[in-house]
Parts: sequence; structure tokens; C-alpha cells
Amino acid sequence: MHRILAIIERDLRRFRRSPTLIMVSMIMPLVQLLVLGYAFGGKVKHLVVGVVDHDHGIPALKLKEMFQAVAANARTFDTVAYSDSADALRDLRNGQINGVLEIPAQFSRKVLAGATPQVALAEDNTDQFAASALESTFSQLLAAYNQKPTAPRMTSTATLSVVEVYPYVPYIQYLLPGTIVLAIFVSAMIGGGIIYIDDKARGLHEGYLVTPITKFELILGFTLSGAAKAILAGLVLITCGSLIAGIPDPLNLPRLIRMSLLVVVTALALISMMFLLMVRVSDPLVPRAIFGVLNTVLFFPSGAVYPIQAFPTWMKAIAVVDPFTYAVHGFKELTLKNTGLWAIAPDIGFLMIFTVVAMAAATLLFRRTL
Amino acid sequence: MADVEVENLTKRFGDFVAVDGLSFSVAHGEVFGLLGPNGAGKSTLIRMLTTLVPPTSGTARINGFDITQHANEVRQSIGVIPQAMTSDMDLSAEENMGIFAKLYGIPRERRRTTIRDLLKAVDLEPWAEKPVKMFSGGMRRRLEIARGLVHEPKIFFLDEPTTGLDPVSRVAVWEMLSRLKRERDLTILVTTHYMDEADKLCDRIAIIDHGKLVALDSPLKLKASIPGRNILEVSFSQVPEGWLERVQGLPDVAEVKMQDHVFRISSHNGPRTTVAILEAAREAGIQVTSLSVQSTTLDDVFVHYTGHQLRDALQSAAAYSSSFMYDRK
Repeated sequence: MHRILAIIERDLRRFRRSPTLIMVSMIMPLVQLLVLGYAFGGKVKHLVVGVVDHDHGIPALKLKEMFQAVAANARTFDTVAYSDSADALRDLRNGQINGVLEIPAQFSRKVLAGATPQVALAEDNTDQFAASALESTFSQLLAAYNQKPTAPRMTSTATLSVVEVYPYVPYIQYLLPGTIVLAIFVSAMIGGGIIYIDDKARGLHEGYLVTPITKFELILGFTLSGAAKAILAGLVLITCGSLIAGIPDPLNLPRLIRMSLLVVVTALALISMMFLLMVRVSDPLVPRAIFGVLNTVLFFPSGAVYPIQAFPTWMKAIAVVDPFTYAVHGFKELTLKNTGLWAIAPDIGFLMIFTVVAMAAATLLFRRTL
Repeated sequence: MADVEVENLTKRFGDFVAVDGLSFSVAHGEVFGLLGPNGAGKSTLIRMLTTLVPPTSGTARINGFDITQHANEVRQSIGVIPQAMTSDMDLSAEENMGIFAKLYGIPRERRRTTIRDLLKAVDLEPWAEKPVKMFSGGMRRRLEIARGLVHEPKIFFLDEPTTGLDPVSRVAVWEMLSRLKRERDLTILVTTHYMDEADKLCDRIAIIDHGKLVALDSPLKLKASIPGRNILEVSFSQVPEGWLERVQGLPDVAEVKMQDHVFRISSHNGPRTTVAILEAAREAGIQVTSLSVQSTTLDDVFVHYTGHQLRDALQSAAAYSSSFMYDRK
């Protein structure tokens, strides 16, 4: 036992002297949370739509007034009037405007005659987000335009009433669980991967191996000290991250305790995975080289940034074995829904089994010789 | 019983034989030197004896314990200073020692005094609380020597302890080792490629080349075992036919070897052979372009037994062992 403690003591003393590396491991995910959180998921505003009116009738005027209302209030788009559709389409192709709305010459007449009037929207669909924002705004606009001033009390059409179970979740909050796991991962990668291999290459492990320490004591010492640093990174993220992302009641103690438990389980799973990957590596370049690949392969299929249900089969297969998936799911339940531990018991169970399997494999592969 | 007994110890890395059937023993209290170029197999040998590398075949007993069957007892009996400087730069000297004292299971009450005594013994007491990154190479080496003794081992293994140190630090390290050996009744096994160090400090020297033991004796006896008391290195403006035989026939010449147009002549009487060479050259109408006379050194012993100089071996060793260096360093 005292030997395990000696390994941990050495590692943590070193960490206290030069915590720069671990600071970096916390800053990277926080920056990512801030930038990605605000880069995605915001409402699209101030798209430019060219309006070509060939009709000039009263119904067309009413429609254009509704556009002005959107431009002034929701600000989804601003309108620019064109007299010639060729000019408008040329500007659309050149990227100066995002869409062209054409009101054809017979529009007013058809409206008044009830003969399926149509307006045309030509959109720059190279940007799917902007295009779908325009499409949905104009659909709503036309639905409002079509509404009769007096609607019948009873209708025979079926309608959908949506009940939102939770308050609105901004993208930055959706991203927070993945960010917490990422911070734990980066810390495990630096503490358990890069520093471990650097020490090995510098001959530091040779110093340990000539002492009577056992293989199991060595592995446990390395794992626990690596996990301690990863846990610290996780704890910083669950508090600072919740504050930055604006989670309601961010310092709710019972929830923080539940999250801390999940941080510990996640840190142990990720550090033992790292240890298994590094157990036979001696080249200091290897952990650096696989850092980016591992990050991408584990982070993105986990459902941290996009729902797993949207993935192709092969990515879903990665998600099934990826410890990130379970950790991210657990943190989502806790941060976004404030659930109890029972809701994340399967996640905790998977992460614990993963830890035991990875540690057992690492112990089998570990060589107590050079 | 000898402190170290090595029997037919062999280590292969694939087709490459790093250590080839070595057998020797080291008596208690001896300073035993392993001399040879890089890649000769010294480090591999030390690593096998310190349980870091399993041998391919053969056995060794350290303090009576078999290196493969009783590795833990071996580890408890030995102190090891690896070739690489392995102190933690961010920790203080005292902390570095403390971690190792705990790894060896030294009880808390003894830890503090043992560490203080050892740091004093290697003249590092004033820097006990300073981080190791502030230390010079020599200071770090001394700290490692103190660290290796923290559990009071019987046998001390040092792998090239002075490589990379300046001459003053080298002398300091060796003086410290000699004193510690006397005070603590140690048996020391040390590898080096510095001939002068081996000559001054070792009771016995094993010369190792290409994994094989080529000579083993005290420095004095090793020097006496090769022909001649002086070595002359002479080069001439030209070498006429039959000149080698002519030189061999000169008075007191024991042996002549030619290396890169330089004649290495072992002589029983350096001054007399020198005069004879100069006369012979004058008679033959050729000029002596360089000439040096020196007493036999371990370097000459090394050349005699291995057929090449240490510095040549260094280069060839680097060529054939580069693929293994990483794993074995």
C-alpha cells in the first residue's frame, strides 16, 4: 500500500509544482464550450432576400407588408426590392443575397379568384441552415397570410399540440456534458498518456523497476494518480462549465454530488483505457500522434454534439462501445434534466465494467521488465 | 560466497547477441569494473543482473539470490544507478529520496535521518530542499548515488556514472564512491568506458567486447599481461618493402602492429627502441614523420585483447546497435 501511495505522492507533488499542463487540459474544453456553444444553435438573423414584384396588386402589397414586419421584429431576413428577376438571380448566384422571392404577375387576380395563387422562393441551398431558416419563415408567413380573418370554432383537421417537458435548452447547455467528458479525457490523455510515456522514455520507470514494487502496485499507482488529476479537471468543469453555460441553479449541491460521482467513474474508465492503449508504447511521439485521432473517434460519435440516432450504422457501432457515449448520456441526464442516480445507473454500470476490463487487460499486457 | 556470481549468462535480441555466455564472480567488498565500448553489452549485462531484463539463458546470483527466481530479494539487496539521469526535476532532492525510501518500505521514523545522513554524505545537504532542476549534472549524479543507497543495499550497481560529466565532477563522483564503499562496506559493480577511471578505482576489470568477456584481472596484472612496457607509435614518410620485418627485428621490440600507416610497437625498453628506429630510418633513407613513446595503459590492454581501439569500437557499436538503443536505454 505504501508503495502505491509513493507513486501517487510523486505524481501529485509534480503536478502541484507545474500544473500548467493540466490547466491547458481544462482551458481547451472550456474554450471549445464557449466557441462551439455560441457558434451553433443560435437563431439565424439578417439574411438578405430579394423581392421581385411583377404583380403590384393589393394582395401582393399585403404580403410585402408582412415581410417588413418580419424584418423589423424577428429580423430573420431583410428585404431588398428588385424590379428585374434576372438581376436578383444574378446577385443570388454571386452570393450577395440569400434568396429571391418572386410574386408573379397574375398573383392578385388568382388570390381574388381563389385559383391557387403561388409565390416562388429561389434560395441559396449551399448553406442548409440559412436555406431551411428562410423556408420555414416563409411557410409560416404564408400560413398566416392564408388565415381567414374569422376562423370557424370547430375544425375537422387534426392538429398537434406540443408539450415541452423541460425548459428551453440552448445549444451551449446541450454541449456542456460532452465538454465535461472532453476535459476528463484531455487530462487523462496528458496525465496518463503523454506524461506516462515521457517518464518511461526518460528512464524514470527504470528507477521504479529496480525497487521491490510489484506489477499491480505500479499499475494501481499510475492509474490512481492519473485519475486524481482527471477528476480535478472534471470537478472544475462541472462547476465552471455549468456557470458558463447558464444551467439553471448551477451550484445545486445534491446535483453536484451526483455529477462528482459520475466524474470519478468517467475518469477511472478513461484513464484505464489510456493505460491499456499505452501499456506497450515507449515512443513519446505515439501519444501525441494519436491524441487528435482518439479525440475525434471518441468525442463525435458519443452524441455529445449531435444525436446518435442521426449516425450511420458504423458510427452507431462505435457509440455502443465508446465510454464517452455513456458518460455524455449520464451528464446530459444530470445537467439538463436534473435526474437522480437511478436514471444513470446503466451508464455508471457500463463505465465501471469498462474500467475493470481495461485494467485487467492492461495488467496482463504490462511488462515489469524493460 | 561471492556477492555476484554470473554463470554463462546470455541475452539475445532477435539475431543479435548482446551478451554472449558471460561467467565471472565478484567478491564481497570488491570494486569490479566492466570496461567496453557502447554496444559491447555492458548495460544489458547490468540490466540482467538488476532484474530489469530477463536473460535468454544462463543464471546469476546476487547476494545468493537467483535473478529470475528471487527477483524481489535481489532488488532488496541492490542499489542501482541507471545510465540515464532519472531524478524527478520538479521535486526537491529530499522529496526524490523520500519517494524512493517509501518504495523500499523504509519505516517513517528512520526515513528522515537516513535521507539527511545520505545527503550529507554526498555533500548535498545545503540543497536538500531545492528542486533538482537547479542542480548541475554532477550534483544530480550524486543525488542518485544517495538515492540508490537509501535502503542500505549490500551491492551497488552503477551504469556509466560519470558519462557526460565534466572532469572535476567525475573526480568528485569517484571520490564519493570510494568513501561510501569504505564507510558502508559495499560491493560495487560499475561500467565505464573511461580507461583512466577504471585503472585508478577498480580492484578488478572485465573487458567486454561484442558481448564476450575478453580479459579479466586487476588493472596492474592486465597491463603486465601484454607484451612490452612501453608503446611507441611511429609513422614514416614511406614504408619500403620488408620494413615491418625490419622494425620487428629491432632491439627490445616485443610486438608490432600496423594501423592506418601507424606502427604500434610494444617495447621492453622504450628509449632504446626509439634510438634504434631513428637509426634504422636514417639508414633506409626515410623520414620519421611522427613518434610518441608512452607507458602501457589500459587502452593498450584493450587494443591488445580486442584488436581495435575503444574509439573505433564506439563508432561501429553505434552503427550496429542503433535499432536496439531505444529499447535498451
